Amino acid sequence: MTAEELKSVDVAKSVDARGTACPGPLLEAKKAIGTIKAGDVMEILSSDEGTKQDIPKWCGKQGHEYLGWAEENGYFKVYMKKK
Amino acid sequence: MEKSNVVTLEQLQTQIEELNAKIAKLESSRQDQLSIAVVSGDLDKILAAMVISIAAAAMDTQVKLFFSFWSLSALRDPKKSPKGKDVISKMFGWMLPNGTKKLKLSNMNMAGMGPVMISYLMKKQNVMSLETMFKEAGELGIEIVICEMSMGLMGFKKEEFIDYPHLSYAGAATFVADASESSIQLFI
Repeated sequence: MTAEELKSVDVAKSVDARGTACPGPLLEAKKAIGTIKAGDVMEILSSDEGTKQDIPKWCGKQGHEYLGWAEENGYFKVYMKKK
Repeated sequence: MEKSNVVTLEQLQTQIEELNAKIAKLESSRQDQLSIAVVSGDLDKILAAMVISIAAAAMDTQVKLFFSFWSLSALRDPKKSPKGKDVISKMFGWMLPNGTKKLKLSNMNMAGMGPVMISYLMKKQNVMSLETMFKEAGELGIEIVICEMSMGLMGFKKEEFIDYPHLSYAGAATFVADASESSIQLFI
């Protein structure tokens, strides 16, 4: 998905992990995934560059759908859809 | 005389059965599990072990950490002072780091300046402290096994280790058994 498409997606849950470094954002995402339903989209806000690579790997292992990431001012948002 | 290459149907069937049995054994032996033999007691190496473990546990991989030798220093609780140690055990107790805050760096230790700088940088860059990592590890169900033999060798007592929810004591065979059924095995 392009950054523009991502921004128009309905987000069920937003996880602000900007205050943590690796493996913080992944851990925050793992804790939050249990609170949303299958098919829901979750966004993870992070300023840790590794998150862009780690979240897709996590999604791949767990069977969730990785949607992409979008640049924000000084951080970025990573989008994924729960299996 | 040339050897015949013809295989009977029965032979093929037994071969398939044997292969199936082998595949079943392989499938059951390698689980989605990470086993680490944590031997080093350096701050950087304990950090590496904990970061990898937490990432693995966050990805729903079962994690089993086998703490042995120098790494036991990281599991000591400075608030606890066990009684009944002999002279050598007491000496070891004084000489070895007492808890995560006293660990040294494997490089650039600079008489304790290095760890102070690293702790400062970790805080500044929002990296979890080791104490927080052990807390998170406990919540994620990461298992820690303390090597009985090295504990005895270094004169440590069970009463001086941190309160960790999934702590147990065992020998090398436990690590071998855990590692043999893990898809990832590391030595740190």
